[in-house]
Amino acid sequence: MSGITLLQHGLTGISLGGAYALIAIGYTMVYGILRLINFAHGDIFMMAGYFMIFAVASMPWYLAIPLVMFLTVLLGVTIERVAYKPLRSAPRMSIMISAIGVSYLLQNLATYLFTALPRGYPEIPFLKKSFHVGELSASLVTLITPFLTILLTFLLMSLINHTKLGMAMRAVSKDYETSQLMGIKINRVISATFAIGSLLAFVGSVLYFTDRMTVFPFSGTLPGLKCFVAAVLGGIGSIPGAVIGGFILGIGETALVALGYSTFSDAFTFAILIVMLLFRPTGLFGEKVTDKV
Amino acid sequence: MRKIIASTLVLLLILSSFAGCGGGGDSTENIIKVGVFEPVTGENGGGGFQEVLGIRYANTVYPTVEIGGETYTVQLVEVDNKSDKTEAVTAAQRLISEGVSAVIGSYGSGVSIAAGAIFAEAQVPAVGASCTNPQVTAGNDYYFRVCFLDPFQGTVMANYAFQNGAQTAAVITQLGDDYSSGLGSYFVQAFNELAGEGAVVSEQQFQTNQTDFKALLTNIKAENPDVIFAPSSITTAPLIIKQARELGITCPIMGGDTWENATIIENAGADAEGIVLSTFFDEAEPATDEAASFISGFKAYLVENNQDEIIPAVAALGYDAYLTVLEAIRQADSADSVAIRDALPGISIEGVTGAISFDANGDANKDMAFIKTVQDGQFKFLMNVSVE
Amino acid sequence: MKTLDRKANYILSAILAGIAILVLFYMDSNRATYSYPLAILQRSAIYAVVAVAMNLLTGFTGLFSLGQAGFMAIGAYTVAILTIPVELRPDVYYINGIAEPLAQASAPLWAALVLGGLLAAFMGFLIGYPVLRLKSDYLAIATLGFSEIIRAFIAAPLLDRVTNGSYGLKSIPGFSSTLISFFVAALCIFLMVLVIRSSYGRAFKAIREDEVAAESMGINLFKHKQMAFVISCFFTGISGGMLAVFMRSIDSKTFQIGLTYDILLIVVLGGIGSITGSILGSFLMTAGREWLRFFDDPLVIGGFNVPLFRSGFRMVIFSLILMTVVLYYRKGLLGNREFSWNGIYAFLQRLSQRLKRQKVSKEVGKDD
Repeated sequence: MSGITLLQHGLTGISLGGAYALIAIGYTMVYGILRLINFAHGDIFMMAGYFMIFAVASMPWYLAIPLVMFLTVLLGVTIERVAYKPLRSAPRMSIMISAIGVSYLLQNLATYLFTALPRGYPEIPFLKKSFHVGELSASLVTLITPFLTILLTFLLMSLINHTKLGMAMRAVSKDYETSQLMGIKINRVISATFAIGSLLAFVGSVLYFTDRMTVFPFSGTLPGLKCFVAAVLGGIGSIPGAVIGGFILGIGETALVALGYSTFSDAFTFAILIVMLLFRPTGLFGEKVTDKV
Repeated sequence: MRKIIASTLVLLLILSSFAGCGGGGDSTENIIKVGVFEPVTGENGGGGFQEVLGIRYANTVYPTVEIGGETYTVQLVEVDNKSDKTEAVTAAQRLISEGVSAVIGSYGSGVSIAAGAIFAEAQVPAVGASCTNPQVTAGNDYYFRVCFLDPFQGTVMANYAFQNGAQTAAVITQLGDDYSSGLGSYFVQAFNELAGEGAVVSEQQFQTNQTDFKALLTNIKAENPDVIFAPSSITTAPLIIKQARELGITCPIMGGDTWENATIIENAGADAEGIVLSTFFDEAEPATDEAASFISGFKAYLVENNQDEIIPAVAALGYDAYLTVLEAIRQADSADSVAIRDALPGISIEGVTGAISFDANGDANKDMAFIKTVQDGQFKFLMNVSVE
Repeated sequence: MKTLDRKANYILSAILAGIAILVLFYMDSNRATYSYPLAILQRSAIYAVVAVAMNLLTGFTGLFSLGQAGFMAIGAYTVAILTIPVELRPDVYYINGIAEPLAQASAPLWAALVLGGLLAAFMGFLIGYPVLRLKSDYLAIATLGFSEIIRAFIAAPLLDRVTNGSYGLKSIPGFSSTLISFFVAALCIFLMVLVIRSSYGRAFKAIREDEVAAESMGINLFKHKQMAFVISCFFTGISGGMLAVFMRSIDSKTFQIGLTYDILLIVVLGGIGSITGSILGSFLMTAGREWLRFFDDPLVIGGFNVPLFRSGFRMVIFSLILMTVVLYYRKGLLGNREFSWNGIYAFLQRLSQRLKRQKVSKEVGKDD
């Protein structure tokens, strides 16, 4: 494989990895606090894409972005309140089934409202600027994605480590009942977690869909699952871990396709999951106390 | 209270399973039922719906048929097979239960193959409008089709590419989809024969629901083919096209008959300029008189139904399939499904997509395909291609 | 409260079974008119087997597994490969041809089904080693992962000559009589009931309730979990085989994760831990899906077009119903109880007592 092709693949890989990382953070945060695999997270990401399509149709993009951001966060928090809160004291299985149910509902809702045909994602002007360096081609969004991811992760870690809310989040993820006893408003913390997760999903969706250019109702399912694997890979509950996991998966998947094994790209993701669970269930960065959410 | 609600629901739902059985039995009016077996939801819902429109329009133009000297009203029974094979089986069974004498459909070879066995067992003939995979009619005496087949289509596209100077090609197919993989294989066979072994320099596959094609397109770019052939559904086509252009791939991109759909132009935008596809029909070049009146009448019908004024090829095929069924009923002079089936091989009519007659396999004797391209955001007719 | 004695129970059950068999027989003989309800009932029966198998794992042993689709695929492909008539095989494998050893391999339906089940069970056995030691949520994702891996292998071009990869398998001969599918389904469910009622079944339930306590009572956790997993996979494989025969053609897209979700929702609807609940849930779900079709067509009441009724609405309603069940009727229809004549009898008695009480008392008492 020529150097240029390798570089091109590398760009694709880290861009994909960045998008995965942003979504994986959402999974890991929710799991850290609620011990819940939020199957619906991938679909929130998909709905954010649709919201954007409709928002941009009626208003300029710089107004649309904050609106959609707000809507996505609202969606995430509402789902938590309606579908997860009543089941907090129920056995773990029930809440996971509820998550699957919400995911199913969102997909069917999207199919009903927007039809199964793909819709074009609006082009945010400066993001789609193409760069050609010799044989290498990329659009601005491909290049920005990894940097934006790392920046956001950094911001998030500061939030976790240096603010009161962050401290509350860490406390709740460490010990749910005791935190309640110590006066931490659990509902607020959980809502805040979902809000942050949805926010990141929104950013991820902007980056991902601008690159992919169309949205359809099932755009969120497979990335959702893969991002959960990324979160496990990095160590569930650890944000930097989720980011690293996302990048590893994105690059690994691209590498597989580059080598001609595209048939197994999905299988590869799950194989990694199983290997991780077998040999290092806490993930690459699990057990790092200070960074856990 | 809860239990009462629950029990009532249970009872209702169990009873509803019998809601579907309402065998034919209309002795007051003369009605002959024709089933419409199409996906209206699911992956192929868009195309399926367009086909349904064509069939419905045909029903408004020819609402009755003469059997044994009496006039029968043709009643369409529509079922949605949801682009899913499991659903297709149940949907097909529903049509049989309704007592249809013949079936038209489906868009999507996979569901047609699935339902084929059911129709054959019930001895109800089916006329496919746009399902191009050879497996639909192979070994099935009760399935016919009015469109050309994938082996033909693959050869046509390979011929076109070769005649326009392509020496190397790359092929992208969808893993798990029989239409895409089948058509892709036929293209590979034909192109390798024309341009020599190994002329297809890259064969890539993608997964269902995959949206990121950058990696496999990068592989293709490295091989620098003269043309890319990517038979795929409407969902993935704009993605492949846009991402290829973004990566700097400049060679022409070709697709199969599924690409003739306005959504591709909508979603791929400017990048769709220059793509080439094969299709069954062109509204600017009416093949027959029937076609001319169809074009004007159907455009009005589309506007009535809040659709764009561009006639989708599959709608024209749906129209032709309806005409075929009607002609078979006339020839058989009966509403019995077996008689209709026996009459089908012998018919010969002028449809809007050309002359229609069937060969021994139940496939239409179509030796011509229309090649279209996209120019200025519209589909434009390029040429007819015939294959001996 | 009076209860029905055992004899009455058996008689009632026998009557119900007899009626069911007669109805099915009648429908089968008039297959043309009744093919639609028959198809629905057959599909429900097939899903019922998987649902009970999943319940065995989830409801009775507490192992949340999402790998059903993959095991069904194994069973389905085995049955398909072995039962497609030999002379039709070259046609079905029309692109790449069929692998030599398989070209002539053929087996009668029942043998193919059993073999499919055994292969699925074997895969379950192998997969169990790494996976059964994981906690419930990880177990779910790991089994989901395996299901996708299995599907990837089935569709892979390198197995084209065995599974026909993306081109799918067709010309699978159908059931010669629909009664066969019901018979096989009933047999499978009966066997699973036997397992659950045995001492192994009690061990499974113990594991579900409290793993630590079970272990201290001498139950070998891993061995029993593996047993439950393998048995469940066996029957899941068989039902996959039946699905292949019912559908007459399969490909890898049939066995996506959505299929597992469907089964899961059936189990939830019927009640996790209730066998009759799963059977009932299966019929409800399959019939309900068809019945709700009218939501997909525009509804016109007195000339006024009711706005929401468009295609796709049915699935939304369906998902809403399921969310309601998950949130508010968490135990599903039957919870972890079983359907019994006693139950109905007691229900009727309570109903009549309540009606009597309402008549007698003048107060507007709170009901329920």
